[in-house]
Amino acid sequence: MTYTVAVVLGATGALLLDLVVLRTRLVLGRVFWVTYPIVLAGQLLANGILTGRRIVRYDPHAILGLWVDYAPVEDLAFGFALVLTTLAIWVRLGRATPPPSAPPPR
Amino acid sequence: MAHLTYLAVLAGCLLGAVWLEPVLRVGVLRQWRRLLLTLVPVVLVFGGWDVAAIAAHHWSYDRAQTTGVLLPGRLPLEELLFFVVIPVCAILGFEAVRKRLRR
Repeated sequence: MTYTVAVVLGATGALLLDLVVLRTRLVLGRVFWVTYPIVLAGQLLANGILTGRRIVRYDPHAILGLWVDYAPVEDLAFGFALVLTTLAIWVRLGRATPPPSAPPPR
Repeated sequence: MAHLTYLAVLAGCLLGAVWLEPVLRVGVLRQWRRLLLTLVPVVLVFGGWDVAAIAAHHWSYDRAQTTGVLLPGRLPLEELLFFVVIPVCAILGFEAVRKRLRR
């Protein structure tokens, strides 16, 4: 399996987690899509350093070969999967045990 | 100092977001149990993916720019921290946005 295939599976898995498994439906709401571009900007900066300085190196055979600054385009989907998975679990746990000072999520 | 480069990037990410806790009072770090319960599955799943990708040679890490501390599965220490730092930053950002949009 290439990184390309793995990342398509990973992003799909994150979407299924959000929409079907945990039913947090973050991708259908506003908060996620306001948050995501901010996180993405941070990712482009941090990942730009990690890949630009070649701290992380990719096997050219494992990727499509499309680059977003110095990083393979696959990294964008990896970041999306990581962030969506994290936020879906976080929001789901917030529903299970709402802290006294925070109202439940939308 | 070059071997601390990756760690410095992670520290930069954390500094870029952690101020939201005291300034906007997002209350993320305060809910440390919920945060821990979120991080455990994320670290396991994405750390597992990383280990598999390293084994499949999808990517590798420059020994000169990392501490060289390798965890089981040849996972660099920095990668484990990455899967803690980035989720914490994302949650801080998410809660900050949620708080601002609610007003």
